[in-house]
Amino acid sequence: MTRRGALLFVLFVAALLAVPLVADRYVVSVLTTVLWFAYVGQAWNVMMGFSGLLSLGHALYVGLGAYVSAALFVHFGIGPWLGLWAAMAVAVAAGAFIGFLGFRFGVRGVHFALLTIAFAEVARIAFDHLAWTGGSGGFFIPVDAAGGDDLLNLRGSPTLFYYVALGLTLGALALARVLLHSRLGYRWLAVREDAEAAEAVGVNLFAARMWAVMVSAALTAVGGVFQAFYFNTLFPEQVFAMGRSIEIILPAIVGGIGTLFGPILGAFILTPLGEGLTHAIALTGVDVPGLKLLFYGTALVVIVVFLPDGVWPWLAARLRLTRRPGEDDPS
Amino acid sequence: MTALLEVEGLSKRFRGLKAVSDVGFAVPQGAIVALIGPNGAGKTTTFNLIAGVFPPDEGSVRLQGRSIAGLKPHRVCAAGIGRTFQIVKPFGNLTVEENVVVGALARESAVEPARRLARAVLARLGLADQASRPARSLTLPDRKRLEVARALATRPTLLLLDEVLAGLRPTEVDRMVEVLRDLNRSEGLTILMIEHVMRAVMALSDHVVVLDHGEKIAEGKPDAIAADPRVIRSYLGTEAL
Repeated sequence: MTRRGALLFVLFVAALLAVPLVADRYVVSVLTTVLWFAYVGQAWNVMMGFSGLLSLGHALYVGLGAYVSAALFVHFGIGPWLGLWAAMAVAVAAGAFIGFLGFRFGVRGVHFALLTIAFAEVARIAFDHLAWTGGSGGFFIPVDAAGGDDLLNLRGSPTLFYYVALGLTLGALALARVLLHSRLGYRWLAVREDAEAAEAVGVNLFAARMWAVMVSAALTAVGGVFQAFYFNTLFPEQVFAMGRSIEIILPAIVGGIGTLFGPILGAFILTPLGEGLTHAIALTGVDVPGLKLLFYGTALVVIVVFLPDGVWPWLAARLRLTRRPGEDDPS
Repeated sequence: MTALLEVEGLSKRFRGLKAVSDVGFAVPQGAIVALIGPNGAGKTTTFNLIAGVFPPDEGSVRLQGRSIAGLKPHRVCAAGIGRTFQIVKPFGNLTVEENVVVGALARESAVEPARRLARAVLARLGLADQASRPARSLTLPDRKRLEVARALATRPTLLLLDEVLAGLRPTEVDRMVEVLRDLNRSEGLTILMIEHVMRAVMALSDHVVVLDHGEKIAEGKPDAIAADPRVIRSYLGTEAL
């Protein structure tokens, strides 16, 4: 990062910290959604961006995280901060199983992506029939309107959730950065670039890929815990939906796959645009189902055609926020 | 000299086609051995069998007396064999230095020492000034050098070089030959190389193994091989006389 990039990042974080002090509830709620997508996009990026593993079923890990933590809270009174460990464990187990099937039996590329979709679909159908968590009728976390902010049980105002989402996003950014500069991170990149060459320099392909899936699943599950306690309602049809998985990956694709700031930038571009579009549609009074999806599709096409590497690498180069390889810090 | 690498009775079939058939040879500690032969002779398949890309149907591969046949490539690397690829395989979107750091991390668990090792290796291969460029932007000779650098960074006891001189201009060949000779002499690095550039084979190797149609047809000192009628007929051609 250049000095200018570092300065802008500090200003960016400071602005985000100040938002609830100056903005109304609506803006805070939109930004909470933005941060949530930035966080989950970062988690997905560990698989696709760092390791070259395409998952189109990340709703699975969100859903498992959400349902496990919600069930523990509703049935046993176990709070989210404790429940999230169980949520991560379940998601990691699911990810490890999918990864094992995929990597042990040489399922690659598109076929691996299909495998991830299949598991998300199986989970959707399974939770539709699981009476313990409400089945298709939905699962609800009781809301205590008079309770005030309770960080320990993640009950409270939108502002509380906003700050938690901000913490998650910045935490994931920091973690992704540390991982990327670790031995494991170098190995992930090598596997992404050329698996055969990576193996020849001592990288255990199976282990590297398994770590990627498990880290990504664990992080994504935490996003699920947040979702459960933020919305308080869970429907398998929504939580595990294929469309959900697509929504999760779009910010990273638009922002820049494999970049640290891409998922954050992508979420800041897509969610407000989507919100604006929803309002515009409401204003015109025309009710066209699926118009928002059409918008996402268009956004994706525009990005793929004009900025295939994503908006962030382009923006960072234009504004000299990061150093390009071979370039010394100009500031 | 004791043999660092011993290959015996190595065979591999692909859908009934014999790619390598009962090949055996030894690479003594500290030697430079060349593997030559016409295209399709089974040289690269032999390399892949040694490096663990696929297991042999029959035969044994021993490194320092220890069997490594059938091990996965990353285990073969851990056992002490570094390799390059005939068709270069740089990690294109990583910088040159990062490419070599990945190699160095085979023995180093921390990134900083790996980076120091990578820089030293890059300096040795004459790539230091390219260190921060993306690997995909390198010219072919530099990519070949990068292949060698990345393999060297894994600190192998045996280096397998698959046509690292092919496609280089004569001056670049001489430079690479100089680097390889220096590595061999000053650090005792043992090298097994597949090579078509006979000038380099004659200059570098202590011993030459000739393959044709998956079988070993001759082996011996470079000048004896160059004069061997079978080798001339199948590979070198009469103009080599």
